[in-house]
Amino acid sequence: MKFKSLIITLLASSIFLAVVICIWKIMATLQGLSFTSLNFNLNLSLSLGLVTICVLIGKKFNHNLKIFILSLSFTILYTFLNENSPVWFSVGIFLLILFFTNKLKKYDLKYLNQDFISEKIVFEFLSLFAIVFFALVILFPFYIMFVTSFKTQASLLINPIDLSIDFSKNIFEIFKSYFVIFKTYDFGRYILTSSYVSVGTVLITLLFAIPAAYAVARLNFFGKTFLSTSILIIYMFPAIVLVIPLYTVFSQLGLRNSVEGLLIVYTATTLPVAIYMLQGYFKSIPKEIEEAGLIDGQNWFGIIIKIIIPLSLPAIASVSLYVFMIAWNEFLFSLMFLDNPKTFTLSRAINHLTGDAETPRQYLMAGSVVVTLPILLIFIYFEKYLVSGLTAGSVKG
Amino acid sequence: MSSTLSKIEKRTAYALLLPAVCLVFAIILFPIFANVWISFKEVGLKDIRIPEPRAKKIVKNIQDSNSELKIIYKLRNSSLIQDIREVRFSDKFPKNIDPINLDKRCEFKSQKVKCFFGDWEAGYRENFEILVQDVNNNAINSKDLKSSKPNLNGRSNNILLTKDFTLKNFKNVFINNNFFELLMTTFYFTFFGTLGAILLGIFAAQLVNQKFYGRTFMRSILLFPYVGPVVALAYTWTLLLDPNSGTINSLLVNYGVIEKPINLLGQKYLIVNILGFELKLRLALTTVIFFEIWRYFPLAFLFILARLQAIPRDLYEAADVDGAGPFRKFFYITLPQITAILSILFMIRFIWNFNKFEDIFLLTGGASGTLTLPISVYQQGFAVSNIGMGSAVSIVIVLLLIAFMIIYFKLIGKKANEI
Repeated sequence: MKFKSLIITLLASSIFLAVVICIWKIMATLQGLSFTSLNFNLNLSLSLGLVTICVLIGKKFNHNLKIFILSLSFTILYTFLNENSPVWFSVGIFLLILFFTNKLKKYDLKYLNQDFISEKIVFEFLSLFAIVFFALVILFPFYIMFVTSFKTQASLLINPIDLSIDFSKNIFEIFKSYFVIFKTYDFGRYILTSSYVSVGTVLITLLFAIPAAYAVARLNFFGKTFLSTSILIIYMFPAIVLVIPLYTVFSQLGLRNSVEGLLIVYTATTLPVAIYMLQGYFKSIPKEIEEAGLIDGQNWFGIIIKIIIPLSLPAIASVSLYVFMIAWNEFLFSLMFLDNPKTFTLSRAINHLTGDAETPRQYLMAGSVVVTLPILLIFIYFEKYLVSGLTAGSVKG
Repeated sequence: MSSTLSKIEKRTAYALLLPAVCLVFAIILFPIFANVWISFKEVGLKDIRIPEPRAKKIVKNIQDSNSELKIIYKLRNSSLIQDIREVRFSDKFPKNIDPINLDKRCEFKSQKVKCFFGDWEAGYRENFEILVQDVNNNAINSKDLKSSKPNLNGRSNNILLTKDFTLKNFKNVFINNNFFELLMTTFYFTFFGTLGAILLGIFAAQLVNQKFYGRTFMRSILLFPYVGPVVALAYTWTLLLDPNSGTINSLLVNYGVIEKPINLLGQKYLIVNILGFELKLRLALTTVIFFEIWRYFPLAFLFILARLQAIPRDLYEAADVDGAGPFRKFFYITLPQITAILSILFMIRFIWNFNKFEDIFLLTGGASGTLTLPISVYQQGFAVSNIGMGSAVSIVIVLLLIAFMIIYFKLIGKKANEI
């Protein structure tokens, strides 16, 4: 009998369960339940008991029936010992335990008797911890951003941790912040400007980058190696060192406060990485295809339009999405160049909202949702393309 | 034959490259060099506007006369600090309308008034009047008069193009502005931000490299912090950490973890008592570093994950046969396989974090001990309105950057090609 692995299993799994229950409790607090204590010790001892019973029973019993009975009894005990809580909270606890005991399926005394098992167990629970940790740390701010945008100023002042959405109000009341930012703060115009700037940057970048990348990838000319190394070096220079000269020159040329000025700057800053990504892909296209095109009497222009572009659509999609993301999220240049509300981009508009300390936070969060949601949706939908763009461009960011 | 072909090839290559190269040169390389020029000048934000002569045209009716009108031009020098020399003025009048008693400085020729005003000192103002009448004594339509706009021009110095140079900016950067502290803050921020992001990236990559339910979902949400717009994320975190009714502080107070809310972004030092030693922790800086890690670990994660997936499976199978546990596998197989990429990643991320502006600017604006070099460029150039100083700080950044790049290419430039 190996006690070491048994004890490790019991401890690791019960700590994990207790932590998960605490997180659930905190999330419930944010939905307006007034818990004032986490009762970590109580959770831990209850979990320890549950895990012990679960492991001792092992596979002597029908698994589904076992986890159901265990979860139900744990939930009843937990609800009985804890502060008053509504039904949905207990249902959540029940589902958590169900999921957890299902994870413990393979753990019985026989399994724990294997060689080298304890390290494996620790690793397994560390992975579970990591999943919970990453999911929580990443999604929590997005969640807060989203729910805060549905609150009202008064209810946030009364109880800042009650972020529940009041569904008894009518639709207009619930979405009030969104109506306000579109009506009073003119966010419709900013969305248009942002889309215009981002799509424009993508198009101009492609227009400049495809020929240049083709030349770097395929043609022989003097200074080729110098050019291809300097592309990456130029890419390393940050926007902040360009800002002052560009500001002065753009002021004198009257390009500040114009969308065209932004387009020029965004295109120039994304060009190096676009050329770099595209030329890598162009090199992978077999040369024979182009030679066939040359024999058919195509000139360089025809080869690029009729052969290179159709064959490298995936790479062009990656570059486009990556450039779109950069332009949509860009902040520094829009802060420097735009101070007329008529030319604001979304990022600049949100920054402008915070300039006024009186702006209620739910409006700010509604604006944040408006700027974040499109880019996240695009990312989720085109993840494959964007990830390859991000990996290639991840030297910068 | 082949030489003409290669000539054509060369020419095509240059033609294809030209637009991109010109644009990059104008917007990226030119400003870097322009910084050098500006940093040796004493220029304020207000100086960069070129002084212009301006005129506002007002047309006024004169009582008991329809055929006469008074035009008032409100003339001024747009600049309060610089002169304009040899100001010339011209305006067009409609047909049949002539000026009466024209000012001596002006002359009237073919329906055009031309004046020579001479030099205007800084802040010059004048109300310049012209009386006009219709030649045939008809009533004048004042709209016709308003439709033309006066045209003014003059010569003035563009302060950016003069040849006065000074070393004052650099003296200020290195001596008067606590340069050492600025450098150390930048270094702390960069070093710990990079290190943390890479460590978290290793954990995340190791996690996603295993098989579990919801793995693809996990992989996409891991990239959210980087994909989301920095403005939205920074303000969300500011609200989360806000000392008055921010979510995290309120939760901690609610559960009795802390008694009073902590101003995580507005407090410079937190005094921690460990074993009788009082340690001063840079609180706001630490918070900003954590945000930095949170936002940029996805890049490290992507890079490392790509490498992890390229490690041959049989190495792990051999380890399984030897009975190695997951930790041993990590330390003896995975880690040696990824060290090369980690060093490259560290250098590249270091350079990029060194230049980070938006994140700190949006979170603290450089207050409470979070002033780094890039923020200093903004502060000097736009808050203090001293463009010359801002450029001088930019030059410092560029020089350090070049130093980092040389180190990078010396140390791992060759290795980078092997991977």
